Amino acid sequence: MTKTTRSNKPTIGVFRVCALAVSMGVFATATLYFAGAFNDDQVTAQAFVDLQQGSKVHAGFRRAHAKGICVSGNFESTGLLSAYSTANVFKLGNTPFIGRFSIAGNNPTAPDLKAPVRSLAFVVNTATDDEWRVAMNTPPVMAVATPDAFYKQLQALAPNPETGKRDAKKISAFFKAHPESKAFNEWKASYTPANSFATERYNSINAFYLHDAQGKRQAVRWQAVPRMSDQEVAGLDQQSPDALQQQLISQLEKQPVRFDLMFTLADSNDDENNPTIPWPSSRQVINAGSLVIADWRFQNEGACGAQNFDPLVLPKGMSATADPILRARGAAYAQSFRRRATETLLNQHITDKEGAGDARN
Amino acid sequence: MHATKHYSATSRLLHWAMALLLISMLFLGLSMVQSLAVWQVEAVALHKSFGIVALILVIIRLINTWRSVSPSLPNELSQLQRIAASATHTGLYISMLLMPLSGWLMQNADGRVVNVFGLFSLPNLIAVDIRYFAFFREVHALAAWVFLLLIFMHISAALYHGLIKSDGVFSSMFKGR
Repeated sequence: MTKTTRSNKPTIGVFRVCALAVSMGVFATATLYFAGAFNDDQVTAQAFVDLQQGSKVHAGFRRAHAKGICVSGNFESTGLLSAYSTANVFKLGNTPFIGRFSIAGNNPTAPDLKAPVRSLAFVVNTATDDEWRVAMNTPPVMAVATPDAFYKQLQALAPNPETGKRDAKKISAFFKAHPESKAFNEWKASYTPANSFATERYNSINAFYLHDAQGKRQAVRWQAVPRMSDQEVAGLDQQSPDALQQQLISQLEKQPVRFDLMFTLADSNDDENNPTIPWPSSRQVINAGSLVIADWRFQNEGACGAQNFDPLVLPKGMSATADPILRARGAAYAQSFRRRATETLLNQHITDKEGAGDARN
Repeated sequence: MHATKHYSATSRLLHWAMALLLISMLFLGLSMVQSLAVWQVEAVALHKSFGIVALILVIIRLINTWRSVSPSLPNELSQLQRIAASATHTGLYISMLLMPLSGWLMQNADGRVVNVFGLFSLPNLIAVDIRYFAFFREVHALAAWVFLLLIFMHISAALYHGLIKSDGVFSSMFKGR
């Protein structure tokens, strides 16, 4: 293809080379686009988990709620929820579960009594179509309604890496800018931590749908309500960093710990997609059954340590609402799980000093 | 036997259908592992279902490839180009198998059942184990990037033949006669 032959030939040649180059440029650019290379405004699951893990990574541990203790027992269903959901777990009868009590934060050796939030997670029917994973926390509502605002909330609450102190000005500015946090802050002001993991109330926070045999759906939230009161449990060792775990262990050595799973049914006035607004106490509440916790294990020894309590794993007869916070949880949990799983595979936690002892994994 | 110049209609249909499906799946996969958007939940469910479709298609395709005669490459191609073409094609087939299989196994290792379009569920092939999960999750990610690189090379070579060389290699997959 030289200029000495027909005059249109070189132009076609150049055009064709350009077409090839442009095609490959489009493919490469599309790949980078979907890989997030040009994303600088959307919060990603990776950015979220980076923020949660902080500057010091505790290899092999979950990035949030790193410290916890495994429990197991039976879910004793009352059968009352089976009118609303076809899920097998809600039929009258018992289903074994494994669970985990934990405290908020990325440090697997943090002192139990300093954590602002406590959690109870459990899973039934693992590796089947009836699997249900549940992750509940002490607050009944979220402070904000979107993952983006939640990210900013965590940023505002994060302690200064140099001083280790929180910035009160930043925090109050955040809550001022987010009036939807009213219910959350009211709860926070009225909340007194219980004297035991066994006497806290744990909330689903987000709403879910139950589906009945006719295909009708009902939005619900639920709360694990303890059978025991603070007066009935042994005192806490205020000096011990593992006060809550030790107290739970001594409790379980005496007798099982019970929670009733109380489901609140939304009515047409409630927005199931907004996790910042509590539903009125006048709503119908149904006792789905009791979580009867009979046994415990340290998390490095028990099955709960390696469990990803992704609340979007739902049995047939349940589904996720469009709540943006709920729907962000799957990708964020998966990212945290992937990081610690790979660290566990590569045995990185063995060299981590904090990996030793009862809080491992 | 008379040398064939074009792939059969079945081969071409499988090729182009899978090209569309697999590139969509790779792009969806890359974005859904980062996204915190509300569509992420449905995206993951569809990714799993279409992943099984891709697994079935690649099995059909391998049988089809084995049973049919492929057009031979032009004589003027150098030995190096022939090796490169053959290595890329082998790599593409390995990726096509590795992607859905590693995806299925990583789900099982995390205790999850793979359900296809809400119609039926696949059996769990391996035990629940965080180490197995880590292995297959990393294989899934690594294979995706190798796959994208191979696809890039494959399209580059195809367009080189089609636009620059015009030697019939591109049209053997692009049209019937």
